[in-house]
Amino acid sequence: MSTPVQSPATPAAAHAARAAAFRALFAERIAILDGAMGSMIQTYTLEEADFRGTRFADFPHDLKGNNDLLCLTRPDIVEKIHADYFAAGADIVETNTFSSTSIGQADYKLEPIVTELNRAAVACARRAALAAEAATPGRHCFVAGAIGPLNRTLSMSPDVNRPDYRAVTWDHVVTAYSEQIRALLDAGVDALLVETIFDTLNSKAALFAIESIFDERGEASRVPVMISVTITDASGRTLSGQTIGAFYHSIRHAKPFSVGINCALGGQAMRPYVEELAKIAECYVTCYPNAGLPNAFGGYDETPADMAAVLGEFAASGFVNMVGGCCGSTPPHIAAIAQAVRSLPARRLHAPPRALRLSGLEPLLVA
Amino acid sequence: MSSTASTAPANAASSFLVVGERTNITGSPKFAKALKAGDWDACLAIAKQQVESGANIIDINVDEALIEGESTMVKFLNLIAAEPDISRVPVMVDSSKWTVLEAGLQCLQGKGIVNSISLKDGEAEFLRRAKLIMRYGAAAVVMAFDEQGQAATRDEKVRICTRAYRLLVDTLGFPPEDIIFDPNILTVATGIEEHNNYAVDFFEATRIIKATLPGAKVSGGVSNVSFSFRGNNPVREAIHTAFLYHAIREGMDMGIVNAGMLGNYDEIEPTLRLHVEDVLLNRRPDATDRLVKFADELKASQGGASKTELKEDLAWRNTPVEARLAHALVKGIDQFVEQDTEECRQKFARPLEIIEGPLMDGMRIVGDLFGAGKMFLPQVVKSARVMKRSVAYLTPFMEAEKARAFAAGEATRAQGKFLIATVKGDVHDIGKNIVGVVLACNNYEVTDLGVMVSCDKILAKAKELNVDLIGLSGLITPSLDEMVYVAKEMKRGGFTIPLLIGGATTSPAHAAVKIAPEYPGGVVHVLDASRVVNVVSSLLSPEQKPAFIAENTAKQERQREEFAARRNKRPLLPLAQARARKPTYDWATIDIPRPAFLGTRVYSSESGTGVSPVGSPASVPSLNAEPSTLNLGDIVAYIDWSPFFSAWELHGRFPQILEDVVVGVEAKKLFADAQKLLAQIVAEKRFTAKAIIGFWPGNAVGDDIEIYADESRTSVVTRFHQLRQQMDKPADQFNHCLADYLAPRDSGRLDYCGGFAVTAGHGVEEFAAEFRAKHDDYNAIMAQALGDRLAEALAELMHKKARDVCGYGQTENLPMEDLIREKYRGVRPAPGYPACPDHTEKPILFKLLGVEAATGITLTESCAMSPASSVSGWYFNHPDSKYFGVGKLGKDQVTDYAARKRQTVAEAEKWLGPYLDYDPS
Repeated sequence: MSTPVQSPATPAAAHAARAAAFRALFAERIAILDGAMGSMIQTYTLEEADFRGTRFADFPHDLKGNNDLLCLTRPDIVEKIHADYFAAGADIVETNTFSSTSIGQADYKLEPIVTELNRAAVACARRAALAAEAATPGRHCFVAGAIGPLNRTLSMSPDVNRPDYRAVTWDHVVTAYSEQIRALLDAGVDALLVETIFDTLNSKAALFAIESIFDERGEASRVPVMISVTITDASGRTLSGQTIGAFYHSIRHAKPFSVGINCALGGQAMRPYVEELAKIAECYVTCYPNAGLPNAFGGYDETPADMAAVLGEFAASGFVNMVGGCCGSTPPHIAAIAQAVRSLPARRLHAPPRALRLSGLEPLLVA
Repeated sequence: MSSTASTAPANAASSFLVVGERTNITGSPKFAKALKAGDWDACLAIAKQQVESGANIIDINVDEALIEGESTMVKFLNLIAAEPDISRVPVMVDSSKWTVLEAGLQCLQGKGIVNSISLKDGEAEFLRRAKLIMRYGAAAVVMAFDEQGQAATRDEKVRICTRAYRLLVDTLGFPPEDIIFDPNILTVATGIEEHNNYAVDFFEATRIIKATLPGAKVSGGVSNVSFSFRGNNPVREAIHTAFLYHAIREGMDMGIVNAGMLGNYDEIEPTLRLHVEDVLLNRRPDATDRLVKFADELKASQGGASKTELKEDLAWRNTPVEARLAHALVKGIDQFVEQDTEECRQKFARPLEIIEGPLMDGMRIVGDLFGAGKMFLPQVVKSARVMKRSVAYLTPFMEAEKARAFAAGEATRAQGKFLIATVKGDVHDIGKNIVGVVLACNNYEVTDLGVMVSCDKILAKAKELNVDLIGLSGLITPSLDEMVYVAKEMKRGGFTIPLLIGGATTSPAHAAVKIAPEYPGGVVHVLDASRVVNVVSSLLSPEQKPAFIAENTAKQERQREEFAARRNKRPLLPLAQARARKPTYDWATIDIPRPAFLGTRVYSSESGTGVSPVGSPASVPSLNAEPSTLNLGDIVAYIDWSPFFSAWELHGRFPQILEDVVVGVEAKKLFADAQKLLAQIVAEKRFTAKAIIGFWPGNAVGDDIEIYADESRTSVVTRFHQLRQQMDKPADQFNHCLADYLAPRDSGRLDYCGGFAVTAGHGVEEFAAEFRAKHDDYNAIMAQALGDRLAEALAELMHKKARDVCGYGQTENLPMEDLIREKYRGVRPAPGYPACPDHTEKPILFKLLGVEAATGITLTESCAMSPASSVSGWYFNHPDSKYFGVGKLGKDQVTDYAARKRQTVAEAEKWLGPYLDYDPS
């Protein structure tokens, strides 16, 4: 069987070739990320038995709603969703690993299978990618390892009466993320995407884990690190209180491949913050909003045309290097977005003047 | 940035950043007090207030001996995170402890600054920390400090900063813009000529750093520059303002400052500004004198009496006698104490009223100042000397009164009765004496049973006197077991009074894990003397005691949990595996020097003074019948002064400590007093120094060292038994054992092992006792501390001779400071210390050397040396030899060790107690 990618002799060479193609993509044009995974899974109206499969048929804990588990129990569905996004024009899909950490899986008592979950998720995405590449010779399809937020935060206390209390420690968070990151890297992701960040300190722990693992495994192990934050309300701050500028100063040390905003607000409400990022960031800038805010029924109202108009305008303004969708978006949304930005140039990288960039909740720049 | 414009000098560049110093425990007594009291609301209020008043960054420092730095830093940063009015600005995490810095970094969602790292601990550690700082995403303050110490001159500052910059940027890829140099703002106008150029050195270094190290920033602690003018705020303010004016012009980017003490450069009174700038810019040799004179006039003209201590001011002699006594106590002046006490006695009805009145009032001030960190131990001990003199004067009068009171059927009682002792087998008592003095000053009745006190004697005396508290002290590790034993016996004896634990080898962890579980009456570890009064008063107050004990118990419970967790964390290597990871040397080619003599040589400062020579040791005949001469004056040159200051609870490295912002002034006085007493000791030959060194043919056999009768290696005279590290280390590191430093017998190479014992202790106790008889604890403790220093210095001097004997010492050509820092080839580890923690190797060494006959040093049953100011150990010449800590030992090694040593396992476990990785019971 012939593969569309020039078939290199070794896995290492294949990895290197894909890494070069990934960088070439961003250098050339606006990259297209996929849309929602969860919203698509919902369309299959799966029951408890689907989530359990045969392997977990007798598992003593409810598993329905553990979308990440489907990589093991319904890999066919996960792979199909990835395939649909590639077919819609996505260059990059995210692995179905939003909650695949020991902390995320603790809700389902599935901590022991975290490594397996991540490996299976990469395998689903990679199969879809290889199939899409085979279908269109010369095309490059990439897999980004999704690293989601945690339900326990390092910056905030869950108990209003004990503001100094934390439900989790730095070491615990680093350990949990490290396990996920090792599995994603072992399974061969093309990039890591630390996303939907609402507590910067949690994301710093993830970035600390990533850098430690790169350092331990050597230069050749590095893959691009993409970072995406969530602005939760119209005041333009993260849930942990930082402005977008403060956030950027806080994660800049990780030398990210890209930084961006996803989830929460609809695209239009994100505009000032995407614009600010585009101004201050030295790396690529990304944006993959929800299809608007959830409506009264938990659904999302923005149509493919709505989203395409907003993101198309961002592209025309020179704000972005990658666009896609988050909650509520579907393959038709991605097809429309890809269409809208196709003829527009990617944001140009620039080097802001050298300065000491500090931050608390607000940024402080010392020229 | 409007907030900075209001606080920085008006003509300064507008981008100058103010780093708020008020949440720095050393910069703000108010913060220190709130933090120590656990008043978090007050701590947050201080933080908030400084952000509101314009700090661009807040410096947070909780470094204080009595505060657990890591958890306090974490708690405070977590609390700040919940206060958006504070957490909007970046945080500068400030500590001298890396672990505190790292704990702080794990709490910052923003990008903060680490204050600080430096080359002090060497390049490898510097780079390790810098790499982690990058990974945590913070900027770093880099102090102009290296392995040699703090940079004072322009060229040193520039050299060290340049070296640090190149390492960070070239080796690590550290972002240059994230490097903030602190090139050390040192105190000017100290009266010492070398200090006159310090401000100019800083200005010029700042200019060069900014010009030659692109991207790097410059910061510094500004208040330090004016430290000579403490108490004269108008002058200090002018100095700070003028200093910043010049420093900012040279490129200083930020500074840790008290925003309230900055003015407008143009508004400084012109004459004052002239004098200040003469000093800062080092424009004339008499600049300091002129500024001091002007400052005094200024102060006087503003209504207040001058506080400068440069001239002796006897104005206080004109105040009422009560005020004079208080003044004498606070200032530690004993010149007039007897005449003032007599004057008081005429005035007061009863002598006790003088003690409870003016004397205690004075001591309360001293206690408060000490507690607030405004007075230091040497001053407190001097105050105590005044107190004791006064009390001694009053004692006969009180005895007479007591006799009358007794006749009248009244009882008198002090605040509380405290029994203190150094435990059996241990002779070290400097710390214990300090605690005794501090408590006595606070009107506790202290009974000091001295050193080497057996458990039954302590408990019998405690019952007899009906004491309220028992305090145990010890310095060597076997004392820890003795303390456990005393605790058990207290329980058995039905005691309920609290037990206090202190001394150099004791620790909160050991007290929590080993001692507290044995005694339900309350076991409290006391870190140092400054803590003891608080502890004792809490324990003796019926209101405070329950809460204090509960807190102490909870803390110990936590420490036990942490200890258990730590123990489970990293398993030790099995002994065989640890041995397989010993360093490998090419024994065929390694340089093994042959000593110029084999056997022993004896040295004494009594030689040639008509005193009969000591006899030769028994086991190996000495080559010289008469001891060689030692000269006390020669030993003095080898003194390492840093530990001397530690003994007085002044922490920092010599000589930089003399310039330290916080303790520098007191350190200088203490040093001057020490020099005076030392001169007397040398001139009057108050102490006798004795030493013996020896070399023998020897080889390693496994982890043992065999000593041979002669170079034919046919007869084994004795064996030393060594222990090997069992910690799991990275692949490129070795598991060390001292035996590795001698050629193995099967290598075919003949090697040589050395040994030594030295003492400067003969005469120390007698000299100290003379002072005590005069109620002068200050000089008594000083005499003991100097004895210890001389013993260590003598060990250094003898090691130099030993290296010369081995040949390689003759070419090492090192200056004295490098000798003191042990930068030469070879080591002299001592049994009972980290590289060979078993004290019972000492008797073997003593027998081989013939120590007792040659030097008069004896061993106690715990193998402590008497006199206390003594040192003994081995010499190893191996070019790679170094000091290391054996760390925790597994049962497999202890079993093996006991068999090698022909001890029972239980016996080995008893001596190695604190080093066991397992619970032997």
